[in-house]
Amino acid sequence: MNTKTRTIKVDTLARVEGEGALLIKLRGERVTDVKLRIYEPPRFFEAFLRGRHYSEAADLTARICGICPVAYQMSAVHAMERALGVHIDPAVRMLRRLFYCGEWIESHALHVYMLHAPDFLGYQDSIQMARDHRSVVERGLRLKKIGNRVVRSLGGREIHPISAAVGGFYKTPAKSLVRELEEDLKWAVEASLETLKLVSSFEFPEFEQDYEFVALSHPEEYPFNEGRLVSNRGLNIDAAEYEDQFLEQHVKHSNALHSVVRGRGSYLVGPLARYNLNFDKLPEVARDAALMAGLKPPVKNPFRSIGVRAVELVFACAEALRIVHEYEPPPQPRIEPLVRRSTGAAITEAPRGILYQRYALDENGLIVAAKIVPPTSQNQKRIEDDLREFAEQVVAWPLDEATWKCEQAIRNYDPCISCATHFLKLKVERE
Amino acid sequence: MSGHRRRIIGCGNRHRGDDAAGLLVVQRLRELGLPAEEQSGDGLSLIESWNDADEVILIDAVVAGAEPGTIHFWDAEGANALPADGAKKTSTHGFGVAQAIELARNLDRLPPKLFIYGIEGSLFEIGTLPSPKVIAAVETLAQQIASEWNRKPGRVA
Repeated sequence: MNTKTRTIKVDTLARVEGEGALLIKLRGERVTDVKLRIYEPPRFFEAFLRGRHYSEAADLTARICGICPVAYQMSAVHAMERALGVHIDPAVRMLRRLFYCGEWIESHALHVYMLHAPDFLGYQDSIQMARDHRSVVERGLRLKKIGNRVVRSLGGREIHPISAAVGGFYKTPAKSLVRELEEDLKWAVEASLETLKLVSSFEFPEFEQDYEFVALSHPEEYPFNEGRLVSNRGLNIDAAEYEDQFLEQHVKHSNALHSVVRGRGSYLVGPLARYNLNFDKLPEVARDAALMAGLKPPVKNPFRSIGVRAVELVFACAEALRIVHEYEPPPQPRIEPLVRRSTGAAITEAPRGILYQRYALDENGLIVAAKIVPPTSQNQKRIEDDLREFAEQVVAWPLDEATWKCEQAIRNYDPCISCATHFLKLKVERE
Repeated sequence: MSGHRRRIIGCGNRHRGDDAAGLLVVQRLRELGLPAEEQSGDGLSLIESWNDADEVILIDAVVAGAEPGTIHFWDAEGANALPADGAKKTSTHGFGVAQAIELARNLDRLPPKLFIYGIEGSLFEIGTLPSPKVIAAVETLAQQIASEWNRKPGRVA
């Protein structure tokens, strides 16, 4: 029996957002240790939100991420609205869905085309890929730009937008401005269907896991901002019960906290979870295209997440087009809440999965406690669990190929390390 | 040559020590009356921003192993080309100026002329100020770009 020990080690993971490392220790054919190390420094958002006015949280939390600021803003404003008992206008609710569509389009287009497709087409990065697949990269860039445009038209700018407010928006766009998005979005629906065709032609390793999928679920809609938190193992809770069911743990090797379902362990959030739990809520165009692409739910192969992300692109473009088409500006951009001592929690679906926030406010509306649980920290333990299983499949491979495949297994999750710190490099050691 | 569209773009992060260099040059050029723009340095936005320009001057902080405050000058192409290995790592985070240039080259989207000024930095910690050597280089470079700009005809893209 081969008892030689080896190490797979990546000091700086490429094509992920933020800074992290991976270490896998192997003894013979067995994996003895897996550590996803997030060394990006902690950022202390929860601490410096304390003492701030409730109305500042949307703009402060938007700064957590340049890719998914809308998700941070939306979880923050929904938590505040639940604390203060605010009920928003239905037109505002639709606009928030459009805002969220914009973020999913730019984030998913970026990941599918620029970060993940090179793995399957055999390129070091999207720059090399552009040489041989120019029209593919151009399509990805245009999709991303359209997502950015949607966010900008509602949020004033594409990165760290500034119009989301408790009770609505500081300013809502004129009907004409929203209607101008229509042509771009019509193109985007077609381009996202092409995206799904392209990625479903890729080859995927045989690798399925028995995941606990966790996502929001809404009676009528594919979830963004609202719904109960459900899983395929019987979880069905309101956001207010989140901390009763989930636990954040410090681990020595990472600046990001590990989340577990109490009594059960790791779980998966993000496109695969949303898709498997909400397939029937997708519009027909996305459902039909998904089935044509061979993505009959449940999809349990994380490498196929690129296909599911493409289905969600189809959904986000089609949903944005529908909203743009039906848009009538709300009677007033926002409702001014009445301040009271209160606590509120909310969950929304960031591109990478559920994002939980809870705030306690004093009688003057100042934040006395804040908690933020980003999707990547929730997936972090699950990524390690995947790697523990997956590394055994590639253990006999030459070290550089094994390392490359393990990095891909991490990119399946589109981890946003910058967000997760409180959160990657790859290192495989053969002892 | 009144149809010649020129653009000056400075990249960087004001809150990360010497990484502010490109933005400080932009600030100084504006004081000198030049139309310079700020960018975060996100590569994909950069490519968009030079879409309609004939000539682009990019300014950014660099780490090239020289003394802090050293001013580097490169062309996108030609004898004085930016070293291609500067573009090897791709995280979104790190999808910066060098990667943008390489991607644009492969997509045939480089502006006809692209000049890159780099100011050598050494400290990039969050929440720190740029070092005195970098601040001195900012002034030198701003003066140099302004005098070249004023010598050449053209209009802002």
